[in-house]
Amino acid sequence: MAEPQDPMQDDQPLLVAEHLGKNYGRLTACRDVSFALYPGEVLAVVGESGSGKSTLLQLLSAQLAPSAGRVSYRMRDGVLRDLARLGEAERRFLFRTDWGYVHQDAAQGLRMAVSAGANVGERLMAVGWNHYGRIRDAASSWLERVEIDTARIDDAPRTYSGGMRQRLQIARNLVTEPRLVFMDEPTGGLDVSVQARLLDLMRNLVSELGLAAIVVTHDLAVARLLSHRVMVMKGGRVIETGLTDQVLDDPREPYTQLLVSSILPA
Amino acid sequence: MTAMIDITSAKKTFTMHLQGGVELPVVRGVSFQVEPGECVVLSGPSGAGKSSILKMIFGNYRCDGGRIGIRHQGMVIDLATAEPRQVLSVRRTTIGYVSQFLRAVPRVATIDVVAEPLIANGIARAEARERAGALLRRLNIPERLWALPPSTFSGGEQQRVNIARGFISDLPILLLDEPTASLDAANRAVVVELIEQKKRQRVAMVAIVHDDEIRHLIADRIVDVTSFAAAA
Amino acid sequence: MNAPAYNFAYLDEQTKRMIRRAILKAIAIPGYQVPFASREMPMPYGWGTGGVQVTAAILGPQDVLKVIDQGSDDTTNAISIRKFFGKTAGVATTTSTTDATVIQTRHRIPEAPLHAGQVLVYQVPIPEPLRFLEPRETETRRMHALGEYGLMHVKLYEDIARFGHIATSYAYPVKVNARYVMDPSPTPKFDNPKMDNCPALQLFGAGREKRIYAIPPHTDVVSLDFEDHPFTRYRFDAPCALCGAGDSYLDEIVTDDKGSRMFVCSDTDYCESRQLAGHRGSESAPPHKERAHG
Repeated sequence: MAEPQDPMQDDQPLLVAEHLGKNYGRLTACRDVSFALYPGEVLAVVGESGSGKSTLLQLLSAQLAPSAGRVSYRMRDGVLRDLARLGEAERRFLFRTDWGYVHQDAAQGLRMAVSAGANVGERLMAVGWNHYGRIRDAASSWLERVEIDTARIDDAPRTYSGGMRQRLQIARNLVTEPRLVFMDEPTGGLDVSVQARLLDLMRNLVSELGLAAIVVTHDLAVARLLSHRVMVMKGGRVIETGLTDQVLDDPREPYTQLLVSSILPA
Repeated sequence: MTAMIDITSAKKTFTMHLQGGVELPVVRGVSFQVEPGECVVLSGPSGAGKSSILKMIFGNYRCDGGRIGIRHQGMVIDLATAEPRQVLSVRRTTIGYVSQFLRAVPRVATIDVVAEPLIANGIARAEARERAGALLRRLNIPERLWALPPSTFSGGEQQRVNIARGFISDLPILLLDEPTASLDAANRAVVVELIEQKKRQRVAMVAIVHDDEIRHLIADRIVDVTSFAAAA
Repeated sequence: MNAPAYNFAYLDEQTKRMIRRAILKAIAIPGYQVPFASREMPMPYGWGTGGVQVTAAILGPQDVLKVIDQGSDDTTNAISIRKFFGKTAGVATTTSTTDATVIQTRHRIPEAPLHAGQVLVYQVPIPEPLRFLEPRETETRRMHALGEYGLMHVKLYEDIARFGHIATSYAYPVKVNARYVMDPSPTPKFDNPKMDNCPALQLFGAGREKRIYAIPPHTDVVSLDFEDHPFTRYRFDAPCALCGAGDSYLDEIVTDDKGSRMFVCSDTDYCESRQLAGHRGSESAPPHKERAHG
């Protein structure tokens, strides 16, 4: 039998948050969040609107400077580095190569007036690919992987349906084989049937590529399907954390019990 | 120790915050061991906490006290205090769980649902599918259904898919929650055979079975959980 | 008659100093867009206000000025700018590329080779090559600062995906001194190779956008492309109908309402010099064919 590939056996964390906090004046959006994310691990951050989960995602992805604490990331050379101390060029490079960011609104994550092929190829061109044929081949193989008809490669995403746009956004992010993907309500605003297909696709890609991911969602079904571990946020704090099925099947905190009991039976 | 599972004084209580913080004791003082190649059947009336114990051994329910020792990759891990990552690692390479109900992703073909645990452990897709097919055939799931998602199946068919998924991997511990509940006689016999086969492979098993006949066929030892029932 | 009391070359000395400082900075950082406090000029935006301000700032009494518009010395725009400086600076003007010390241009680089000591001043409508795909100025500035130019290739990719080749035929982006990507103003890409390692100083002024940039003499200027779709020049496959030149950029002139046309040099000085030297064309054009020139 082949040696099991187990990315989570890697005992070096990929991303470490220590006592992260963010204030907007007197308003506390996020307070004292600490955790470590390991390679290949999918972490869901759940909570209602205003719980601070989107702020947390922005802090973790270095799009927002924390008021307290810090975020460190293990670069490809194996060194754990404080994101606040990276130069802007390094941070942006990270964003284009080793990280992905899937927005809820695909229009924010895509260039809507540029063809699907160029949307996927852009990251490759940004890291110096300079051969049209090879860029196009890579783009078309990624369109296939996210189940977009390659005949649509020259169409702009504004002609795509919501589900296709979201899948294109995923392809655009994964083409440089990132190790970490941030997702902000990736299935929000999609029809239920479209959601199921997208979730299934993301689940497969994440496990095939051994991706680590941080998924912000208010939908516990998304958390259950995609994540290994879940953090429940309320009022800017993490109030409960643990294995996803443990937290959802055996919730401890009053708020988590409320969230879980609020799911309509299937 | 040689035991695969070594539980000492494990305890579980639910606190129902939405019902005014009612404490609901489930089990306490749970202690037993399971050796390799042994099948322990939990017995006791409904509500005695059999399923809860199984879920605690799988790490699905948190343990509020005591110890749940699991032999994992040559070491003993206490699931009562383990990190989520360790629990996941235990599930991937040590403990398999066959629940009563199938929780499958919509849209995924039956054959892939069954093959998935093998693929997750690094076995090539083609080989994993071949083994999945063999198991499905043995459990009398007609080949024409393999490409369909199991959500479209009858209850009995879904359970057989679930059993196939649970039995396919070569994990040293298997937890079985009513594996034969909605099966006909022929398929029950297949499950008994599969359990026998696992015993020969030195797999340690903990099972909940209501059917007396099946229980006699598979149990090496019966643990009565009534004594663990926490007085309310 | 009372002559109007213009300062030399129209602009006041402080303004010229400010523009010269911007020009010096631009020369020091080839291809980098330097912001400057563009002034209102007595002509509308789009008529070369950026170029005129640069010219005004560098002109001295001994300079000889040539102004071309699409290669031609005798269009309204070229004539009025030439007259403007003739009146406000009293400098000598010429139509000869070789004789001029300062050449202000819109949309062309002269055919005759430029020589050391000359300054070519381009009028630029939109200086930002990345704007097509990224409208945010804050973002494009950051991209320049960090040398993130993947987006520029996205534009070329789109061309090939849509037309089968890089169809951008003017304002074709270049990389200057292996650092900054620059918009060469709407000159035809036929002229791009002339910018590379040019002995003359090239200055670019964008009046409405308030930017000045420069290519110092003998600087590397490379047109962007893909390995499998290399940069090519483009030219109508015909000799000039007037002077017979086979190596110049041609304008297509429609001669009647029945579809007749002819191709003539867009650079009028070049064409006339050749005719004076005895070169002759057919004066009627063959059916036009397009061909790429390497």
